[in-house]
Amino acid sequence: MLYFILRRCVMLIPVLIGLTLVMFAIARLLPGDPVGLAAGPNATQEEIAALAREFGLDKPIWVQYANYVGGLLQGDLGTSLLTRRPVAADIAAFLPATLELVIAAMTIAVVVGIPLGLVTAVWRNRWPDYVSQVLAIGAISMPRFFLGLLLQLCFAMWLMWLPLGGRLPIIVFPPPTVTGFLTIDTLIAGDLEAFWTALRHLAMPAIAMSLSPLATIMRMMRASTIEVMNQDYVMTARALGLPRGKIILKYVARNAVSATLTVIGLYFGWLLGGTVLVETVFDWPGLGLYATKAIISQDMMPVIGVALVIGLLFVVANLIIDLAYGVINPKVRYS
Amino acid sequence: MTEIAETPPIEMLSTGNDRWRRALFRFRQSKLSMLGAAMVAVVLFFTLFGTVLAPYPEHVAGGVATADRFLPPSAAHPFGTNELGQDVLSLVMAGTTVSVLAGFGVVLIGTVIGTLVGGIAGFVGSWTDEVLMRLTDLTLTIPGLILAMAIAAALGPGFTNMVIAISLSWWPGYARLVRGEVLAAREEVYVTAARAIGASPARILFRHILPNTVSPIIVKMSLDMGFAILTVAGLGFIGIGVRPPTPEWGTLLSLSRAYMPDYWWTAMAPGMAMFLAVFGFNLLGDGLRDILDPKARR
Repeated sequence: MLYFILRRCVMLIPVLIGLTLVMFAIARLLPGDPVGLAAGPNATQEEIAALAREFGLDKPIWVQYANYVGGLLQGDLGTSLLTRRPVAADIAAFLPATLELVIAAMTIAVVVGIPLGLVTAVWRNRWPDYVSQVLAIGAISMPRFFLGLLLQLCFAMWLMWLPLGGRLPIIVFPPPTVTGFLTIDTLIAGDLEAFWTALRHLAMPAIAMSLSPLATIMRMMRASTIEVMNQDYVMTARALGLPRGKIILKYVARNAVSATLTVIGLYFGWLLGGTVLVETVFDWPGLGLYATKAIISQDMMPVIGVALVIGLLFVVANLIIDLAYGVINPKVRYS
Repeated sequence: MTEIAETPPIEMLSTGNDRWRRALFRFRQSKLSMLGAAMVAVVLFFTLFGTVLAPYPEHVAGGVATADRFLPPSAAHPFGTNELGQDVLSLVMAGTTVSVLAGFGVVLIGTVIGTLVGGIAGFVGSWTDEVLMRLTDLTLTIPGLILAMAIAAALGPGFTNMVIAISLSWWPGYARLVRGEVLAAREEVYVTAARAIGASPARILFRHILPNTVSPIIVKMSLDMGFAILTVAGLGFIGIGVRPPTPEWGTLLSLSRAYMPDYWWTAMAPGMAMFLAVFGFNLLGDGLRDILDPKARR
């Protein structure tokens, strides 16, 4: 198992090199004038040239790339042209918000989606099954940003139950940072009131993010449950007269979940890169909003940094899923 | 359902088209697939004629009517008017063209690139396969929306640039799918036969193998159409992509955000149009998968 983890970690290296190469090529070879944009509309040619020199953008692209990788090995993700802040520090500040959002959304999706999938499979081809199948396709078809807008309109503007956006209002003193997850940090600080506020801010964006993975997980779980229910050992258990609930929970559910795990891993990575729209709607100060601001001003260093971090997290999430397979299904051997 | 009379006679089943006939028969049996097909037909109708049929064509062209700002839904304006006094229904009808054509362009370009990469990788094998598939895996790790946004921002606004930007992150799924299909088809007897009569590798790949991988590709294309439309709208929502006055669903929705909650109707029509169009394509895609991809059928 240790060997398996080590080997997968070594395989990460070419992926990371490839990621930097591709993103660097896109950032530098496409048309566009990031330096001119950063210098401002009134900048003279000399000022633009000076700015380019300061950031090493006047050197040939392969020298720029070598410098970038050299910095990367020391944990330096470059500097933003626009804000002149180090990208690594910015990402460290914004990543926890995105992770908190994605983990909350995935938790909702898994906790609701897996039992729903199991139940609809057991009630296969009866009306609750048909209704939930149509609802699932509807949920996948719902644009997340439109759903977010509807939630805002309903719960924040009309009913006024939940805050419109953001993570914490300015008047609430943020808890000391331990994990960067406000819901956890407020609990560590023992501030229940702040915890409740943080949770209320998290609720709508997390629900908006969770709907489509919830529907996908439910459909996957339904399909794999039906497949498992047709297996011989389930029939044997039934023939032995075991109670139906026990068969489903003990034999069927466990085997069906392992097939659903892959989807969960893929979705996790996909959501990390897909928070952009929901973060925009809810003004959630995460990586997506950070990347959007950088992209609009063609400030490429933050964009490369964000892509790199999300790519890395995507690969790590899939590694964790591969390991979880072995825990749930001992038949899986690491090779 | 009374489609039983449509069952093709036995002798027809044995002709070359029998697989498609049976597929069509099964497709008609599924109410949801038929609903999806009907919805897609409506969407395609508006894609072609939305701009022409819009009740206020002058608003689609960018004209404003400041006296009629923010009128609530009424008989004259079923979805109200926006901040410029433009009829929301007209803008959404005309917006179908941009959104659906862009989505279709993305899926088409993605399919062509993916089929070429996957087909060559699977057919040639050895190190070509290795290099192409590592490139595919790599593209899959890059967050697609951020990649598309970065490319679109660098290329500048416009319909073509937006389609190119999204397509460049869209092909890896097709490359993987086609490679798998080609690997399986490569060992078939008809390939050996074609090789034996001296067909060139390119001819074997493009005339013999790829035509036999069409049905999973069509299924994936139809399932992807909805997501492509969503991605196009997402880019518009953020403000990268097609610029006003060209009507586009995502841009319309993003503009309406500033006027919530008082003028909520400006958001309803573009949002619902997006949802219904994607819903239609997803229902259709699901139905197609059930009939064309027996492995996935339950």
